[in-house]
Amino acid sequence: MSATPTREQTEAMIADVLEVYPAKAKKERARHLKPNDPAGSKECAVKSNVKSRPGVMTIRGCAYAGSKGVVWGPVKDVVHISHGPVGCGQYSWSTRRNYSRGTVGVDNFVPMQFTSDFQERDVVFGGDKKLAKINQEIAELFPLAKGISIQSECPIGLIGDDIEAVARQSAKELGIPVVPVRCEGFRGVSQSLGHHIANDSIRDWVLGTRDTTMQTPYDVALIGDYNIGGDAWASRKILEDMGLRVIAQWSGDGTINELATTHLAKLNVIHCYRSMNYICRTMEERYGIPWVEYNFFGPTKIVESMRRIAEFFDDTIRERTEAAIASYQAKFDEVRERYGKRLAGKTVMLLVGGLRPRHTIGAYEDLGMEVIGTGYEFGHGDDYTRTYPELKEGAVLYDDPTAFELEEFARRLRPDLMGAGVKEKYVFHKMGMPFRQMHSWDYSGPYHGVEGFAVFARDMDIAINNPSWNLFQPPWTRSGEVVTP
Amino acid sequence: MSITPPPASEVKDHNELFEAPEYQAQFERKREFEAGCSSDEVERIRQWTRSAEYREKNFAREALTVNPAKACQPLGAVLAGLGFAGTLPLVHGSQGCVAYFRSHFARHFKEPVPTVSSSMTEDAAVFGGLNNMVEALDNATALYRPDMIAISTTCMAEVIGDDLHAFIEEARQKGSVPPGYLLPFAHTPSFVGSHLTGYDNMLRAILEHLAKDRRGRPTGRINLVPGFDTNVGDHRELGRLLNLMGVDHVILGDHSAALDSPADGEYQLYPGGTPLGEAAEAINARATVFLQETATRRTSELVRDVWGQEAVTLTPPIGVNNTDRFVAEVARLAGVTVPREITLERGRLIDALTDSHAYLHGRRVAIAGDPDLVVGLLGFLLELGMEPVHVVSTNGDASFRERAEAVLATSPFGAGATVWPGKDLWHLRSLVFTEPVDLLIGNSYLKYLSREAQVPLWRVGFPIFDRHHLHRFPILGYTGALHLLTQLVNTVLEELDRTAPDHSFDIVR
Repeated sequence: MSATPTREQTEAMIADVLEVYPAKAKKERARHLKPNDPAGSKECAVKSNVKSRPGVMTIRGCAYAGSKGVVWGPVKDVVHISHGPVGCGQYSWSTRRNYSRGTVGVDNFVPMQFTSDFQERDVVFGGDKKLAKINQEIAELFPLAKGISIQSECPIGLIGDDIEAVARQSAKELGIPVVPVRCEGFRGVSQSLGHHIANDSIRDWVLGTRDTTMQTPYDVALIGDYNIGGDAWASRKILEDMGLRVIAQWSGDGTINELATTHLAKLNVIHCYRSMNYICRTMEERYGIPWVEYNFFGPTKIVESMRRIAEFFDDTIRERTEAAIASYQAKFDEVRERYGKRLAGKTVMLLVGGLRPRHTIGAYEDLGMEVIGTGYEFGHGDDYTRTYPELKEGAVLYDDPTAFELEEFARRLRPDLMGAGVKEKYVFHKMGMPFRQMHSWDYSGPYHGVEGFAVFARDMDIAINNPSWNLFQPPWTRSGEVVTP
Repeated sequence: MSITPPPASEVKDHNELFEAPEYQAQFERKREFEAGCSSDEVERIRQWTRSAEYREKNFAREALTVNPAKACQPLGAVLAGLGFAGTLPLVHGSQGCVAYFRSHFARHFKEPVPTVSSSMTEDAAVFGGLNNMVEALDNATALYRPDMIAISTTCMAEVIGDDLHAFIEEARQKGSVPPGYLLPFAHTPSFVGSHLTGYDNMLRAILEHLAKDRRGRPTGRINLVPGFDTNVGDHRELGRLLNLMGVDHVILGDHSAALDSPADGEYQLYPGGTPLGEAAEAINARATVFLQETATRRTSELVRDVWGQEAVTLTPPIGVNNTDRFVAEVARLAGVTVPREITLERGRLIDALTDSHAYLHGRRVAIAGDPDLVVGLLGFLLELGMEPVHVVSTNGDASFRERAEAVLATSPFGAGATVWPGKDLWHLRSLVFTEPVDLLIGNSYLKYLSREAQVPLWRVGFPIFDRHHLHRFPILGYTGALHLLTQLVNTVLEELDRTAPDHSFDIVR
């Protein structure tokens, strides 16, 4: 029997939760909250990618977070300057867990925070001279840095600085790429525009600027994997097992050379569609490179995706793909055997960024679990279109939900597991509800790939079946009277 | 659960998985596409970055900041707001900032951090954020029903020159909030000062707002202002001490309830904080004691110059002498004697110090953090016979230098120290490689240097993301000092065991 509420039940729940809103916000929020229709009917279409209402406690971030935090930050041999006041770089320093290999401070700059630390005089007189000086100092103190990116914070676009001119001049003087990125936090409505702006800056300043000597018919680029807890490494392993040659990783554990030579790929395979479909479309238009979406969460989607990717290649690859799938089977079965009986029938609510609200559904289902509600922090219409068929009818969909909505839905639906971010985590802990962070993998991972499925299953089991959840009630009442068992 | 739990360690995660030969081979293959530097070159540069020559270049930096140990104003403003009962912080400007403040605090406190944004975007950059403010107040009051909204600003709102006072008055006229609703506000530009400045600005605004027209009969109370103190155990410890002394007091800015609330099955948005009525009475108190200087500078001016109250700013009561001064000062202000129980507590601390001194005496230390924390800790280190060598505070100013040097001058153990206001953790790295130390003291971000230089790190300060629950215990008062001492000496002992040859692996330390 399904644990998912009916469409009518979900509609009633949504109406009830919206009751307290002022008229304007209520009308607007209603468009973002719908019961799922797997057929994707118009009346159940979720409105998305529009401004958050002020004062509602959105979980969204900004364009800077989308560019520096997501797309550019993981590129390890480039120094990323958080250009503006100190805060943005400080709060995003090393917390996303995009793993990278290399010597920190020498040829790997991912776990560091470089900032122009704007002072009042920089806002008043402009920061261009300071920026030029910073570029020189980076070249001198970090001679193995292969490039510099300038990640604009809010003030840059408001005070009229010309970071493009500075970037051109510095690149000429220093002999390395210097990339200006106009990802000021007030642009757009969420992280999403920052992804797009970052993609465009790579397109305009890096992509196709280098060549390699050797190419093969099996060259692919792994796009939209940020290597959270090693995700990209676990994914790369599958692609290599299929016989493919991965010439670039975007952008987890990536390098500027990989970005610059990706135009030589025969196929772009993309995991996070939301944050990097732009560059795939660019390469399709500019170089005729096809691209294909895939999903490496859980056995069902992994196998489906491997076969879909293999279709782009010859029999050699198809055969190796089947052989790889066969070799994974025992591992998949072992995980399902071990954790399935502990997790079967458990219900899940999700609120994640732009991919995982749909991409992890299959992995939960592989363990016999059921996703009864999901939502995106910064998804677009095409993300929801891809989501409707993945969920049962009546599951609640929430776009950019407010803290109030998420808490109210969870109180009413009482899922066995909530998966969202660190801002949400402790709210649900107070409510006695098992929780996993689904942005950072709660400091675990990888969750992608064959080995990642085992880690995923183990972590969900840890969250749901830990005995501490049984300790919430003392053996006395609120007024202190001891309850005899 | 009747089914036997599988051992978590049977599954290899990122800690072990990638050590496997197939992954190591994968990493080797990937190098072909990276066009990276040779390992010889990497090693050569690595050694060079540890040299005296590099230190000189590093300290010649004029424009670039690398790994700073400070954050921006509105972060502090949010903490100030969370210190008052029923209060929701609202930050006017871009919404990403609030996402960052909430996650930053959540990672340190392991607690929910309710804060809202007025979510300004490009149109607001052109036309100003008035409409955002009005709607933010409409929505926040409807959804979250706070008793007070503490309003601060992001740098976006500051750069375009939004006028909070005018906006709030307009929102009142439009009926966004009921008449007389509490809406303290502070401009908190992130390109001025640090999170401490923002804490100060917001705290002053809240107290000014609450105490307006409230001057009345003297209460005889003592106001206590801990400041930007991220050890929530401190607020409780201070309360306990003052209760023991029989001092009628109120803590102004007590975020210990908001950031250390019980898990009992129900999430409470506003689990406590300084009651608004009591905060309003602060103006009528006998005196106000400030336990940080940098984070309360403008607030202490309010108390001293506007309220005309006795305002005493002390070094945070960290360690014996600092706590002695605090206890003595409170006793003087309140006209009470110090109870025997506190003297006993003090004695137990001294007993513990004497037990541990041999492992701490003469140990060379590098310390980095917020200015007042560092000044307080320096006093404690000197009492233990430890030798501060590098003293760094990215948000420390001339006043910090003066105060730190004054403390160092009180002891021969402070003679070898240099105070570095305004420097960052990349400067600290050069200092530690060219003039080595035995121990690092600071926040979680020092762990990179700790690992690279193979110097143990004792975590104190903010943020601490990678160790659990330290912030739940006090570091102030004699009890706080006992917690600090326990962590400190055991950090040293762990390192001793870790590096000891077999024969010196002693069972008794």
